[in-house]
Amino acid sequence: MSTVGVTGEDRQDLTALENRAIRRRSLALLRELIAPHRRRLWVTVALVVVSTALQVVGPTLIARGVDTGLPAATNDHDFTPIVLITAGFLVSGFGAAALLALYTRWSIAMSQDVLGELRRRIFAHTQRLSLEFHERYTSGRIIARQTSDIDTLGELLNGGLSNLVSGVLFLVFTAVALVTIDPTSAIPLAFAMIPVAAVTWWFTIASRREFRASRIYSTRLIVQFVETMTGIRAVKSFRRERVNRETYADKVEDYREATRRTIQVYGMYDPALKMIGSLTVAAVLATGAFRVIDGALEVGALLAVVLYTRRFFGPIEGLAMFYNSFQSAGAALEKISGFLEERPTVVEPTDPKPFTATRGELEFRGVSFAYTSDRVVLPEFDLTIRGGETLALVGATGAGKSTIAKLIARFYDPTTGSITVDGRDLRDMSDVDLRSAITLVTQEAYLFSGSVADNIRMGKAGATDDEVERAARAVGAHEFITALPDGYDTDVNKRGNRLSAGQRQLVSFCRAFIADPPVLILDEATASLDIPSERLIQRGLTTLLAGRTAIIIAHRLSTVSIASRVLVMDRGRIVEDGATHDLLKGTGTFATLHRAWRDSLA
Amino acid sequence: MNDSTPQSPRSSGTFRGLARVIPFARSDLARLGVGMGIMIVSSGVALGIPIALEALVDGPLATGDPVQVWWAVALIALLGFVEAALVLLRRVTVLTPGTRIDSRFRNTIYRHLQDLPIAFHDQWQSGQLLSRANSDVSLIRRWMSFGLVMLVGNVLMIVMGIAVLFHWSPLLAGVFLLCSLPMFYFGTRFRSQYSSLSRAAQDQWGDVSTAVEESVHGIRVLRSFGRGADSLTSFAGRTRAGRNLEVNKGNARAGLGFWLVWVPDFALAACLLTGVWLASDGTLTTGQLFAFFATAAVLAGPIESIGFLLGLTLEAQSGVARIFEVLDESNTITNPENPVTATPSGGSLVFDNVHFRHASQSPDDPDLLDGINLDVRPGETMAIVGATGSGKTTLTALPARLYDVTAGRILLDGVDIRSLDLSALRTRIAMAFEDATLFSETVRDNVLLGRDDLRDADPARSDAVLAQALDVAEAGFVYDLPDGVETIIGEQGLSLSGGQRQRLALARAIACAPDVLVLDDPLSALDVETEARVESALRRVLATTTAIVVAHRPSTVTLADRVALLDNGRITAVGTHSELLANSAAYRHLISSLVDDPGHDSTEEPS
Repeated sequence: MSTVGVTGEDRQDLTALENRAIRRRSLALLRELIAPHRRRLWVTVALVVVSTALQVVGPTLIARGVDTGLPAATNDHDFTPIVLITAGFLVSGFGAAALLALYTRWSIAMSQDVLGELRRRIFAHTQRLSLEFHERYTSGRIIARQTSDIDTLGELLNGGLSNLVSGVLFLVFTAVALVTIDPTSAIPLAFAMIPVAAVTWWFTIASRREFRASRIYSTRLIVQFVETMTGIRAVKSFRRERVNRETYADKVEDYREATRRTIQVYGMYDPALKMIGSLTVAAVLATGAFRVIDGALEVGALLAVVLYTRRFFGPIEGLAMFYNSFQSAGAALEKISGFLEERPTVVEPTDPKPFTATRGELEFRGVSFAYTSDRVVLPEFDLTIRGGETLALVGATGAGKSTIAKLIARFYDPTTGSITVDGRDLRDMSDVDLRSAITLVTQEAYLFSGSVADNIRMGKAGATDDEVERAARAVGAHEFITALPDGYDTDVNKRGNRLSAGQRQLVSFCRAFIADPPVLILDEATASLDIPSERLIQRGLTTLLAGRTAIIIAHRLSTVSIASRVLVMDRGRIVEDGATHDLLKGTGTFATLHRAWRDSLA
Repeated sequence: MNDSTPQSPRSSGTFRGLARVIPFARSDLARLGVGMGIMIVSSGVALGIPIALEALVDGPLATGDPVQVWWAVALIALLGFVEAALVLLRRVTVLTPGTRIDSRFRNTIYRHLQDLPIAFHDQWQSGQLLSRANSDVSLIRRWMSFGLVMLVGNVLMIVMGIAVLFHWSPLLAGVFLLCSLPMFYFGTRFRSQYSSLSRAAQDQWGDVSTAVEESVHGIRVLRSFGRGADSLTSFAGRTRAGRNLEVNKGNARAGLGFWLVWVPDFALAACLLTGVWLASDGTLTTGQLFAFFATAAVLAGPIESIGFLLGLTLEAQSGVARIFEVLDESNTITNPENPVTATPSGGSLVFDNVHFRHASQSPDDPDLLDGINLDVRPGETMAIVGATGSGKTTLTALPARLYDVTAGRILLDGVDIRSLDLSALRTRIAMAFEDATLFSETVRDNVLLGRDDLRDADPARSDAVLAQALDVAEAGFVYDLPDGVETIIGEQGLSLSGGQRQRLALARAIACAPDVLVLDDPLSALDVETEARVESALRRVLATTTAIVVAHRPSTVTLADRVALLDNGRITAVGTHSELLANSAAYRHLISSLVDDPGHDSTEEPS
């Protein structure tokens, strides 16, 4: 079992060693995120230091007011000391409040910047990770990382950080003030630290376990939620609602129980600290009271000492609260840092030389592809696709056509051998160069929320309205787009439900057209088109494909018919390869397929 | 931003808005009340400590009686012990209700969303739904089990504390109260400012979560066009907008926080001056003066925390408002009150002057389906042919009531489908969609999705149904998967090709053995040979099943007994394939193959 990356993400039974490794990884990420803000951090810390100091001064001044100001006023009718003390108290109070407000503003801006950076990193990493990863890691999990995990971390940074800084400072100042006023009173306090450490140690272990469970169950909830809402049509038509309700309720219950435990752990920790605090106060009072009777201690000093001791445990509870959200955020950070630790299997070269593909000649040398050693999809083969050639890939489902398409688009890297475009290995090209050289259009025509024009612009950032319309006209999409309520500005809404599958495919053709790459791969890109649209596209295609290399995968041989060369594949092997004319004349697989297809048109 | 998120009218009072949580609290409300009661008692105990201190200072310390000192110290220790015990008791009491309310919200939202019609889901971005079902619910939980109790407790503590202050010295307490009045002004100002900010922020984070979801679901498109960098830029823009709102919220909290620290300090300074003056007169004892400030010191914490708690309350309020925006959406497609129990008889399907339009359509636009009259006889297979966007998919969604007709009616065996039990209706009608959504379950569970009745049935029977459905849909490839039909597929499992998924979706519809089968271009991703095999198998099934098949190809049309031509929301012709080919130019245009198209310049041999 491993805990590297996202493997073992659902495990709750981590060994001490694994725990430590995950902890280290999470803290390293946290440090890295905070590093750029180090200066701001110190300034805010300074603000809190001063503000806290001023807040600590408060009780001292009141004690002074009673000890010095009161006798002066009573005995000498001299109100000067008390007025001065009051003025000092006012100034310190104002300063404390102002600095505290300033600190709040700064720390929120800082923590939001940290969260923003983390969001950006997860997003960028999501885009960088290979498709292989996305095929096994659900979208719901990534969404959970970006939403509820980030929220949890936000709770720590927004509220917790101030608890930590002011807590620690309060603690230090109070302790110093206490020792200054009456060192003897500090002794019970020092002893109190032993049980405090013991309960904290217990809390550390217990809360880590519970928070981790809570993160895991929370993710499961989100995964099911996303899957249900994405597949709502199937849910309804197959009456999945009841089963879904039940499984969701079970997951909610798991999550509830986990949450309950996290709260319970803190619910025991906090009163335990309170109890220790109260007993300490009593001890300080006892030691102080007798010295007051003996005359060794002023009444005012005793009051201050007791107030300080009580105040000492205030921040300790604050620190406990911080520690609680820290543990909670730690569990979230574990998941996030694990996700970020995943390395893409298809890696962009570190220092790619700029390269512009022009002819679009593709060369496969000794290429093979296997998901695992026992699931070989493509046995080793060589293939040259000349620049400007229109090649059709034909074969039954599962013959490996789409795998070849994905290899050319570098969604995957070949297991052995190399693929080059115009002599450059795909693995040596920057992503930008690769994407402007090669475009893959698949059957799944995903639409993003936004207008139709925005969706077409996915093919080329910043394309003008004219270009968008020209592309739409070229592929025959202009008519249906102008018939939409707002034409090109029509919002396609969620998941493009308002556009039919055929219309979505037309939009994705527009994208390809506007992208204008030297190599274009169409993987079943016309499957959902009706015949008139396909006819329109066929005409557009002839112009679109002219002057570029094209690989067409289509079950409809009508699309294949514009190819000048045909490859027939069977179980990962190329079994026929030749000019369309020649193959048609023969008696091979393609000729048979083609006849069958023609018959199907009758 | 999204115009699909309706803004609720600003609710008049924070607590009136929050009161909608009460039905979700139900029996737990009592425990929450008890929790609050315990909190009040423990606050009282906490306030008792200064009283005991006063007794100590004015009593034993003045008289110097050691026994009395011990008693006082013991009392103070006891009070502290009781306080801690009460805090523990409070947490334990409030613990379960808080999480239970959270669960009820989660379940209710999920169920409601699942029940709401497709038309609702067309309008709402999924990220907005998720942020309500998750982040907003968590907010409410934190507020219920922490914020509410703390807020009420702290306010009571402040009130009681002030009462105790009055006990020590009415004059000092009056001064303290008078000086604290400005806090109310700042609190009110904060409330209006903060609630609109937090609403805007929550909406923005919902948008961000939509953007995340789309970036994952559309990753192949982003990858293929190399648009990762641009989508990152736009994502960063959205999160920056969220960040700015959060910063504004923080600034508002900081502003209030300033007054909440400074005003009590100011009041305390005034009291110090007055107190010393009173004590110098002998109007006040030193012990009373001590006790006064000890009490006032206890109050500083609760007063300061009001800012944070008020913020949390306002956030919970906008969370509640956002959740109820969704929960208040009424489900328009519901079970009739008295469903007709019709005995299935062959499954005739009649469209009687059916109209359909989306609620969001502008009034000037014509209906999407504009008076459909179509009579599908029992056992008949009707192909629907029409240009892209003519309304075919909409038409197929109506019989199973994924959408309801906006006028006219659909009759199944002569009974209006709206008077049938919804679940019974959907049992009788099975659908295969063009984009085949499979769930993260085994092949078996996916194919038998619509067969609840087989869940506890004889395994041999469900195996037979499974095998037969897979056979008809030519989905034998599943037996070669790593775990055969027990292989987990879908998003969390093995990824399948488009053609493979489509065949499983078809098998899923067939496994239902429905009276009416609705197939929306079910074979588009299949290669010719597989398609031919599926078709011949389908023909057997369709011989006895009423079916509507959306067809783009002549090959699919041949499955049908008759064909209906759909044009601009109307059925313009009905007849057999050859009749329509002979009589309808529009039909010929739609269905005749490219090779027969004289205008087509193909590179292949002329036939």
